[in-house]
Amino acid sequence: MSLAKITSISGKAVTVPGNDIDTDRIIPARFMKCITFDGLGEFLFYDVRKNADGSNKEHPMNDPKYKQATILLSGANFGCGSSREHAPQAIQKYGFKAVVAEGFAEIFFGNCTTLGIPCFTASREDIALISAAVAANPALEVIVDVAAQEIRFGNQKVKASVRDTARDALVNGRWDAIAELLEGLPATHARAAQLPYLAV
Amino acid sequence: MLYIDINNHVLSSALKVEKLPKRLRTRIQSLLLTFSHPINIMAQSLFDKVWNAHTVRNLANGQTQLIIGTHLIHEVTSPQAFGMVRDLGLKVLMPHRTFATVDHIVPTDKFLEPYADPLADAMIKELRKNCADFGITFFDRSTGKQGIVHIVGPEQGITQPGTTIACGDSHTSTHGAFGAIAFGIGTTQIRDVLATQTMALGRLKVRRINVTGKLLPGVYAKDVILHIIRVLGVNGGTGFAYEYGGEVFDRFTMEERMTVCNMSIEGGARAGYVNPDETTFAYLKGRPYSPKGAAWDKAVESWKATASDPGCHYDDVVTINAADIAPTVTWGINPGQGISITENIPDPKTATSVDEKSSIEEALAYMKLAPGAAIKGTKIDVAFMGSCTNGRLSDFQEVAKYLKGKKVAAGVKAIAVPGSQGVGILCAELGIDRVFRDAGFEWREAGCSMCLAMNPDKLIGDQLCASSSNRNFKGRQGSPTGRTILMSPLMVAAAAITGSVADAREVFNVKSSN
Repeated sequence: MSLAKITSISGKAVTVPGNDIDTDRIIPARFMKCITFDGLGEFLFYDVRKNADGSNKEHPMNDPKYKQATILLSGANFGCGSSREHAPQAIQKYGFKAVVAEGFAEIFFGNCTTLGIPCFTASREDIALISAAVAANPALEVIVDVAAQEIRFGNQKVKASVRDTARDALVNGRWDAIAELLEGLPATHARAAQLPYLAV
Repeated sequence: MLYIDINNHVLSSALKVEKLPKRLRTRIQSLLLTFSHPINIMAQSLFDKVWNAHTVRNLANGQTQLIIGTHLIHEVTSPQAFGMVRDLGLKVLMPHRTFATVDHIVPTDKFLEPYADPLADAMIKELRKNCADFGITFFDRSTGKQGIVHIVGPEQGITQPGTTIACGDSHTSTHGAFGAIAFGIGTTQIRDVLATQTMALGRLKVRRINVTGKLLPGVYAKDVILHIIRVLGVNGGTGFAYEYGGEVFDRFTMEERMTVCNMSIEGGARAGYVNPDETTFAYLKGRPYSPKGAAWDKAVESWKATASDPGCHYDDVVTINAADIAPTVTWGINPGQGISITENIPDPKTATSVDEKSSIEEALAYMKLAPGAAIKGTKIDVAFMGSCTNGRLSDFQEVAKYLKGKKVAAGVKAIAVPGSQGVGILCAELGIDRVFRDAGFEWREAGCSMCLAMNPDKLIGDQLCASSSNRNFKGRQGSPTGRTILMSPLMVAAAAITGSVADAREVFNVKSSN
């Protein structure tokens, strides 16, 4: 299984402001009644984007200017709460390819990386700089450089980071661990034999 | 070359330190002493021992390929993973170490199939098929052992000390109460565990949280964890496993320990655990999946050895005085936004940072609460008693002690949902369900129910719910504008009876220490 080497993501960006945006907000639980991940994109941030009658609320993602955005900008502790992969799946299926925030919740970060979605941490000031530039020109191309750990936009550039294990996995095309885990099967059996509770 | 990595105990795990020359040993010891509190370099935390025992190998990106000894699955996060396993032409590697139950979507009133909700009906049938196809034990409703996955595992004796446990649910941290390293995983990782019984994971740091002294009357395990999250923050635990200890945890029952470990994730910690002790062994003895006979004695010996060694290194240590913990309730939209029942709701004007100010404003606008007002007396519409946090026998037992002869206030919908069929059966045997019913609670069948409202139990409009569950996120309980106040089971009962957020100590005249 050969995976894409994700060294850089470029595209338009949109800011969904706020701290502690939890996975229930990213995708409300009622949309998890499904046996495939198909079609989850349309329910992304559903309750903050839609009124009860299905009409649009005022939300950056409902603004046509940001319709084509592939980079999501947000605040601190993004993705906290539930371990539901439905959240990063909805983000990916909506069309996002990278998330830049002040920080990420642990399980969400791991789920995103496994799907090949880089989660970059940047300072609040730097995210505000990008947001301001994007607000001034929604068509602005933002480049999230995974390998160089920086974000470039217009003639500006800011530092951003992703933890080493995730960066390595993304740039070397091993963000989906299954191939490596399968290679480790003989070693797994050897180790498992030393753990009595695993015996059949 | 001698390589010392303080954080990862490389020295203690890779070298026989006692075989080193004495002078070198003394040098290392004194070097380590300069870093923090006294450290015994041979000593390891439970986390280190369990992690090392389950490590298969290091992966190219620096993560560990870790054996997941026990894999728990449920209907919501597993179907896609089975699909991926089939697409790759793989099998379930250890079906005998994989256990399934159905909890999130099950109706708690009309549970006969087919369910009224066709999507929910498809999900239970899909899980049943996947378990049959791959030879996985399924605690289906017909077995009498169905329930919330984090209640069923311990109840069946599947959850054991010194093990690694994963489940596609963030509250898997619950199982840490037994001295297991247990954490929530996403669906792609469920695929990994199904196919390889391992997953790729970065090592966590360990924070020891001591709760010293004695809890005051009317203060429960739920208050302890709400207090911890309030003090350390909702993301204070990111990158950490929490090791809970101290006198309060030494005295706690297994069910109380589970309540605390359950909400570790609400503080950002992916895992939380308590070292196994006699309380743990007494709970496990005689359970269906517990070792029997000679195997039991052997298991207890090895479980004892997995507890953290005295003097082992922790990446951080926090000490909390039990006497500082009061019955705690949330006022906002995350579990860290909590106050004691006697405190007033925060005022954005007194915020110490721009961030705090905006988060208070956002929370109060959503909760429709007034800044600076007392939380006590806030009118409620619904009382929910249950969930993987507080849906165990002792939760219902404790409330029943006080509920006898009392009535749910007019206009309040109160529901009590046992966490498993097993809990429901015991409550019936003890007459506890009758106490709840007589008081005006609806007594339901087992499931996650209104904690996340994937079944028909939902808030309507902006109803306010006094809830013994674990999350007060916007829309969490099924209505996009529904509001949640988290609290202990006895506080839920007090709110149900008075019709508003109340101090259970006053309502029930709680005097004796629990």
